[in-house]
Amino acid sequence: MSGPNAIFNARGAWSIFTFELLRFMRTAFQSVLAPVLTTSLYFIVFGAAIGSQMPDLGGVDYAAFIIPGLLMLTLLGETTSNASFGIYMPRFTGTIYELLSAPVGTVETLLGFVGAAAIKSLILTAIILATARLFVDYQIAHPLIALVYVVLVAAAFALFGFILGVWADGFEKLGIIPMLFLTPLTFLGGTFYSIEMLPAPWNTIALFNPIVYLVSGLRWAFYGTGDVGFGVSLGVTLGFLALCTLVIAFIFRTGWRLRT
Amino acid sequence: MVPRVDDPILDIRGLCKTYQGGLKALDGVDLAIRKGEIFALLGPNGAGKTTLIGAVCGLVRPSAGTMFAFGHDLERDWRAARRRIGLVPQEMATDMFEPVIRTVKYSRGLFGLAPDAARIEEILRSLSLWDKRDTQIRNLSGGMKRRVLIAKALAHEPELLFLDEPTAGVDVELRKDMWRQIGALRDKGVTVILTTHYIEEAQEMADRVGIIDKGRLLMVDEKAAMMARLGRTEAHITLAAPLAQMPAALAGYPVDLERDGGLLVYRGGDGTGKGRAEVAALTKALIMAGIDYVGIDIHESSLEDIFVQLIERREVAA
Repeated sequence: MSGPNAIFNARGAWSIFTFELLRFMRTAFQSVLAPVLTTSLYFIVFGAAIGSQMPDLGGVDYAAFIIPGLLMLTLLGETTSNASFGIYMPRFTGTIYELLSAPVGTVETLLGFVGAAAIKSLILTAIILATARLFVDYQIAHPLIALVYVVLVAAAFALFGFILGVWADGFEKLGIIPMLFLTPLTFLGGTFYSIEMLPAPWNTIALFNPIVYLVSGLRWAFYGTGDVGFGVSLGVTLGFLALCTLVIAFIFRTGWRLRT
Repeated sequence: MVPRVDDPILDIRGLCKTYQGGLKALDGVDLAIRKGEIFALLGPNGAGKTTLIGAVCGLVRPSAGTMFAFGHDLERDWRAARRRIGLVPQEMATDMFEPVIRTVKYSRGLFGLAPDAARIEEILRSLSLWDKRDTQIRNLSGGMKRRVLIAKALAHEPELLFLDEPTAGVDVELRKDMWRQIGALRDKGVTVILTTHYIEEAQEMADRVGIIDKGRLLMVDEKAAMMARLGRTEAHITLAAPLAQMPAALAGYPVDLERDGGLLVYRGGDGTGKGRAEVAALTKALIMAGIDYVGIDIHESSLEDIFVQLIERREVAA
């Protein structure tokens, strides 16, 4: 059989994408409410209560200063867990047999799973950004760059989550990476402070934390200032994206943990 | 020893699979499947049935060998081949929290077909699932869950359907119902390859039978031919009075005296009814010779007997 479907199964990718999104929607209430509530608490505690006692950082009001970091915190955590669960569940329940026996290749699978996970956390991030408006008055200096940047980060961490979901052989492992690495690194990644505020040698050590570059990049898009240049942030993001893509290419080529 | 098949729908040659850790699940399997037939793959647990199906369907990466389906190389041209192949797995793997109809529609899309509400309804109705279409799969009984798996496999209208133990854990009534379903599929021209533990099932439905053990196909043949070649008739004739020795009148019949001469046992025939005719002649010969009897038990060997014999013979040889 010839035709475009012989090369790329667009309907297959679309089916995975919509099936995954519908699955998210079933739990939409919990999956939106919890992060919005948590982030609101951050705004109240750090933004309103503590922030009012803080000096401006780089000319930015403290409550506004923490917005990019909090967005990143949600974006990284949610994207990773959405994507990892998305592919882990079929492996766990055995329904992956269907995916493996279907005429869908790497690209369709990724577009479906990774796309759905990224879209869901992007929607969530937008909701949180809108919620922030209730607490803080902020202006976004480069809205288009911010949007593109956030999409890139979502794509990168959705790929990362996918890898995690393929690697994990139990629910513990699925939870441990976000809890043990992602959340602490984001907290230490300049969400609530500028790296400059750290004493030596911590300000240098902090630069080994990749999340610093992500938070800084988004902060630059918001306010025109960051801990590092935006070019560096973009480079780190694209580098991470490329790395995850390579790992996934390896997974699909060898069938690692997917095909016996 | 495998007879060639003209223009096979599936052509497997030299298929090997060695799992990590060294388990050799498939050891040089050659198999050609005809269009429109029901082929039953029989074998004990761990014989390689599921691995063989997995290799064709893309779940298992073969270590060696070639596979062609519809003339497409399954390794190179898998997209074109897979969209015409359906799989009902042995494990009851379902999206528990999803309603029936959504997962069936999903399956159709996954295989690249445009949505078709009428076709989905037809499939669900044919499996008596239409009334349950909005029920979450976790709330269905085991038999109904298996039907959902079949509906999913049929959603993209495959021409070649694999059923891995379709009636495992299914009650008798449902099993008979499943046989009717499979028969209906064959009538529509779908080629069916099934594995089963119930040899009765293969005997009932299959056109051809393959017997697999330890990763090797021991025998592939028409069910009828296999029965004719390996089938036997066994008749137990209980005599009114024991015989001390075999009467001359019975010379030429494949009979033995057992239980101190009280039981005359016939073992012969071939699965085409020759045995039954010979037993009838034998009873007349007994009467002519004045030997009285009080009971006759006659047993035609089933596919199961043949299967057990084959596997056991191999165990002894090994």
